[in-house]
Amino acid sequence: MSGQAVVHVADVTKTFDVPGRGTMTALSGIDLLIGQGEFVSLIGPSGCGKSTLLRLIGDLTVPTSGTVMVNGKPAQQARVDRDYGIVFQSPVLFDWRNVEENVRLPLELIGTEKAAREARVTEMLELVELSDFRRHHPYQLSGGMQQRVSIARALAFEPALLLMDEPFGALDEMTRERMNSEVLKVWAQTGITVVFVTHSIPEAVFLSSRVAVMSARPGRITKVVDIDLPRPRTVETRENRRYFELVTEVREALRGMDGRVEADDAALDRAAAEGGIG
Amino acid sequence: MPRSPERPLKHPRRRRLLAILGFIGLVLVLWEGVKVIGGDPWRVNGELIWTPPLDLKFASDINLPHVWSIAAALSEPWRRSADTSLFMFLVGKALYTWREAAIGFALGAVTGIALAAAFVHSQLLERAFVPYVVASQTIPIVALAPMIVFFVGNEILAVVVVATYLTFFPVTIAMIRGLRSPDPRALELMRSYAAKRRTIFWKLRMPASVPYLFTALKIAATASIVGAIVGEGPGGVQDGLGRAILDFNQTYITGPEKLWAAILVTALLGISFYLLVRIAELWWLRDRASAVLT
Repeated sequence: MSGQAVVHVADVTKTFDVPGRGTMTALSGIDLLIGQGEFVSLIGPSGCGKSTLLRLIGDLTVPTSGTVMVNGKPAQQARVDRDYGIVFQSPVLFDWRNVEENVRLPLELIGTEKAAREARVTEMLELVELSDFRRHHPYQLSGGMQQRVSIARALAFEPALLLMDEPFGALDEMTRERMNSEVLKVWAQTGITVVFVTHSIPEAVFLSSRVAVMSARPGRITKVVDIDLPRPRTVETRENRRYFELVTEVREALRGMDGRVEADDAALDRAAAEGGIG
Repeated sequence: MPRSPERPLKHPRRRRLLAILGFIGLVLVLWEGVKVIGGDPWRVNGELIWTPPLDLKFASDINLPHVWSIAAALSEPWRRSADTSLFMFLVGKALYTWREAAIGFALGAVTGIALAAAFVHSQLLERAFVPYVVASQTIPIVALAPMIVFFVGNEILAVVVVATYLTFFPVTIAMIRGLRSPDPRALELMRSYAAKRRTIFWKLRMPASVPYLFTALKIAATASIVGAIVGEGPGGVQDGLGRAILDFNQTYITGPEKLWAAILVTALLGISFYLLVRIAELWWLRDRASAVLT
């Protein structure tokens, strides 16, 4: 961990009322400190509350108890100050806007002055290598390209923090690996802090400086694995012996908690989705 | 050969046009076919050329005039000593009615959008008023139109109000759906930008609801014309299709072709208005996948 804390989650508990099932505890006793410029992955079985934890950091849902601080401020203030950008599993592009208009959206809302706005859009599209697709519409792009647009949009107003909720979960393996390299390039170029939710062990190990392994029912962080692989990470990294050791370490930390309570997951996920919007 | 998505049809426009013309042809053949089987005896210049074997009442020349009688009526003066043809006469009336309908259509669309926006933002309003919006549509317009004329006073305004009344409902219902159509993630995205409700409405809910709006507007286009025509009767408006239909109704026994011609022109008006909305839809949604697919 380096620098000052960008995310500070202290003793957070989150419970949901699930109709007909009483109260379910999604997260319990969560402590997490993320320093500036870190790349931290949250990994765990479905229902472990990793997405809920991400949404708590983004103030898209509020904790039942405990505190969430972002950039030294309560999460709500950080959201209002637009301290973070977010990327979801689906790109959530507005289909009535073309690529550059989608990237421009947050800048319009913030009220960035026009010349600065256009310069920023150009810069972001170069960063994700979509400069040639400025005027394309979302339906004309592949899934990977759409997700790159959504990354450009998340970074458009230079947030200190990037939240990514299984951003490559819907992509095929090849595209996913390419996107992993892309996101590391963006991370290296911008020096942004990233919190990354994933199901994939290789992805978490390849990308992260630290991997927080979570267990379900209730959701807890059971182990934090430091990923000491050298950077920049390339295709060779995935063939490195240390990489395999770390993958094994994360896998063993995860082992034994999969599959036990899958039946409850759907209900909890639904409750999480509903609870988070209001 | 079966159609595959990879192999698009050759000349899709030409094929569609052929299909439309083919269908019209089929209707004409069936129409005259019924008259061959069971209509009145066929005469050309007073000379009997065919006596149908059956006597079907609905196929008589009064109930179902020959298509060429209607065509001839359209090209002849609309009444003795008039110098405009029935067709041009009806087109003039249709344009007049269309103006009323279009104003009602626009007002109805705005009313419908405004109501839907209010309902989407307030559950209380939605629970309180949606039942009345629905109830309003179960009252027969023929019963309501005279009351509207009485309340509004001004004839043309009354017709516009009736057209509005028939238009706002489909727009309201569709826009409630449309304004609620954004993905929950899109709403979260806006929340992550700390966007205000008004911003979310204009930047997300409204644009997302446009496809729903156009679906409703296509229904509303034809409904507004029905509203205008029905309103013209009690409204006492003399220059529209409604008056022409009532007049030709009264003289049906002596000239059934004229009423049929009026119905034909009314249908053409409805189709034209519908197509106008459809063209606007294709243009507006040209960049969205949904419009490309349909």
